[in-house]
Amino acid sequence: MDLAFTPEEQKFADDVRAFVKANLPADVRDKVKNGKHLDRDDYMRWQQALGKKGWLVYTWPRKHGGPGFTPAQRYIFENICAEEYAPGIIPFGTKMVGPVIYTFGSEEQKARYLPAIRESTVWWCQGYSEPGSGSDLASLRTRAEKDDDHYIVNGSKTWNTMGHWADWIFCLVRTDSRSKPQEGISFLLIDMKTPGITVKPIIMADGGHEVNEVFFDNVKVPVANLVGKENEGWTCAKFLLANERLGIAAVPQSKRGVEALKDIARAEQDNGRPLIENQSFAEKIADLEIQVTALEYTELRVLSQMAHGGQPGPEVSGLKIRGSEIQQRLTELTMEAVGEYSAPYLPGLLWQGTNEAPVGPEYAHLAAPRYFNTRKTTIYGGSNEIQKGIISKMVLGL
Amino acid sequence: MDLSLSDEQKQLQEQAERFVRDKYAFDARRKIAATDRGWLPENWAQFAELGWLGMSFSEDDGGYGGGPIETMIVMEQFGKGLVLEPFLPTVVLGGGMIARSGSKAQKEALLAPMIEGKKQFALAWLERQSRYNLADVSLKATKEGAGWSLSGHKGVVYNAASADHIIVLARTAGSAREPKGLTLFIVDGKAKGLSRRDYPTQDSLRASELTFDKVSVGADAVLGKVDEGFGVVEDGVDRAIVALCAEATGCMDAINAATLEYIKTRKQFGVAIGKFQVLQHRMVDCFTNAQEARSMTLMASLKIDDKDSVVRAKAASGAKVQIGKSGRFCGQSAVQMHGGMGVTDELSVSHYFKRLTMIDLMFGNQQHHLTRYSNLAMAA
Repeated sequence: MDLAFTPEEQKFADDVRAFVKANLPADVRDKVKNGKHLDRDDYMRWQQALGKKGWLVYTWPRKHGGPGFTPAQRYIFENICAEEYAPGIIPFGTKMVGPVIYTFGSEEQKARYLPAIRESTVWWCQGYSEPGSGSDLASLRTRAEKDDDHYIVNGSKTWNTMGHWADWIFCLVRTDSRSKPQEGISFLLIDMKTPGITVKPIIMADGGHEVNEVFFDNVKVPVANLVGKENEGWTCAKFLLANERLGIAAVPQSKRGVEALKDIARAEQDNGRPLIENQSFAEKIADLEIQVTALEYTELRVLSQMAHGGQPGPEVSGLKIRGSEIQQRLTELTMEAVGEYSAPYLPGLLWQGTNEAPVGPEYAHLAAPRYFNTRKTTIYGGSNEIQKGIISKMVLGL
Repeated sequence: MDLSLSDEQKQLQEQAERFVRDKYAFDARRKIAATDRGWLPENWAQFAELGWLGMSFSEDDGGYGGGPIETMIVMEQFGKGLVLEPFLPTVVLGGGMIARSGSKAQKEALLAPMIEGKKQFALAWLERQSRYNLADVSLKATKEGAGWSLSGHKGVVYNAASADHIIVLARTAGSAREPKGLTLFIVDGKAKGLSRRDYPTQDSLRASELTFDKVSVGADAVLGKVDEGFGVVEDGVDRAIVALCAEATGCMDAINAATLEYIKTRKQFGVAIGKFQVLQHRMVDCFTNAQEARSMTLMASLKIDDKDSVVRAKAASGAKVQIGKSGRFCGQSAVQMHGGMGVTDELSVSHYFKRLTMIDLMFGNQQHHLTRYSNLAMAA
């Protein structure tokens, strides 16, 4: 048992850092560092740089065109990217539909879709939740009816993240409504330019546009776009959700967030002294840092099991729960540190990156929107209550 | 980076599991707790035979070259069985401090026989007013010819009654609560002028109040350097904390397993109570808490040999915070989910709960270590 990196791992870490320093555009780094809003092009420039290096799909095995990183390499890669203020990789292609396609798709589908995911030339989005189907995902009602070599899709999807930037959407659709809810679902790939698709923004509590409702009105989708077998899409859906849970803990981002919080607490005043010298506030930060450390070592234990050929143990289900709670606590404490200067709402500066002068320090106007927005983490990817239900059933056998 | 156990470590784990299974069934433990000593010499002899008493010491010191990971492995199993033999005071605290700070003569006279199972130790640091401040020491050692004379009181000294030698933290210079001016003395357990009041603890261990009335020791009784004992005891206690965290992890695994089994079998309203979502989610929280405790114990065991004393102290305090928090949650939840049975002496649950509760209080509770961690982490 050894925490230290091997010489090979150290060299890899040096290579990753050098690559990120040389290839992450300076303006994108600056936006991430200062918590500013990123646009589609910002993500694309960084992801395409990673794509050229072969590292965008860093979780993929070699046989599907990934780099085949060891678990230790994955950990190093994720941490260094976060430390160097790289934007998070958009997961819809790389961590969601990509692995579904290489696991369940046909050879034609692999050849058609995987290269564009590896190189980030196509932007994917997710069509899972519906207005009537949130936690009870299997009750979804968007219909796909077969018409010769096409499906005709009707219905709507919601909480569709960044769909207004997307080229393609992967959807769970109902192809059989007579059997049990889970047994009549299929997994379809749909070109967002197909006639009949309407994307309607949902404005969130922080004033931002990041999610949408997507409407399908007699949308014609070739049967060739079905992944896996008809009515067996639930298998793909569950596989995808399990993959999603692995990366969702966001440990490197939370580590970075704790350091940023300390910086804010050093800059803010409390009774004429830096806030960080206020014992009770300092202890709240300390408590959070300990929670992040516990999460990090839980993730390391999972990675270590995987390195020795084991499957992720039951620990992995808990990662999403604790990781999301920690992200929320971080925004809560940041807002607490900023105090009343969290109140000014500056949408121009926040969303369009205008030259509007901030009120108070630059970080202040971000604190409350971040806090409001981050309430989503315990809701998305299967709410934490749903996660506890999964652990209770699958791990504890209750 | 590799966090998996070696083959030897896996064997050690199996060995320790087997010991607990064979010797520490719940009723067997009850009998051991009721003996005069509160632990069994035959078990201690088995520890020596299995090499557990020497496993974490260097080969130069007569040990087998292991370290904190080996201690973690064994302590975790001890936690599962609520083992009563005084491994922590004798091996981790006493043996560890002598190995790191003792003279060659002290190691020969004390460490070598300890590894053979022939000597036991206790650490006397706490006094009535100390709470968790290791430097709040008023027991005085004054020069007496070439040696020293010790007078004062020490409290809640675990294993003092069985210890052949008691390591005593005494003030040789400086004012109250000053870290500088503290000295460690190795005192014979039967020394003239040393009296004891022995008692059992809430969790069935044994401890004592000690009164030192002009107890004479030679100059060779000093462990480490005169006036510089604080660093030795602080480091020793941090290492003991990490071992204690491993024990707590074992306790949590056991109490969670017992509770899970109980809610699967106990029926109310015509169904197993584990069918109720409110209990399911609480059980998941217990499970997650135990995972976090395990992760922090591993982290601390990997870092407690770090060269940087701040890294070591943060590791021990961070883990102790987690163990305090998780231990209380798992303990209280287990009792609650067992209903009335959880507060009886009859089931093991209350015994694990009591041990987890005492572990939090030992060497500084959750709040104390959160403050200590905070002071270290915010300074950087």
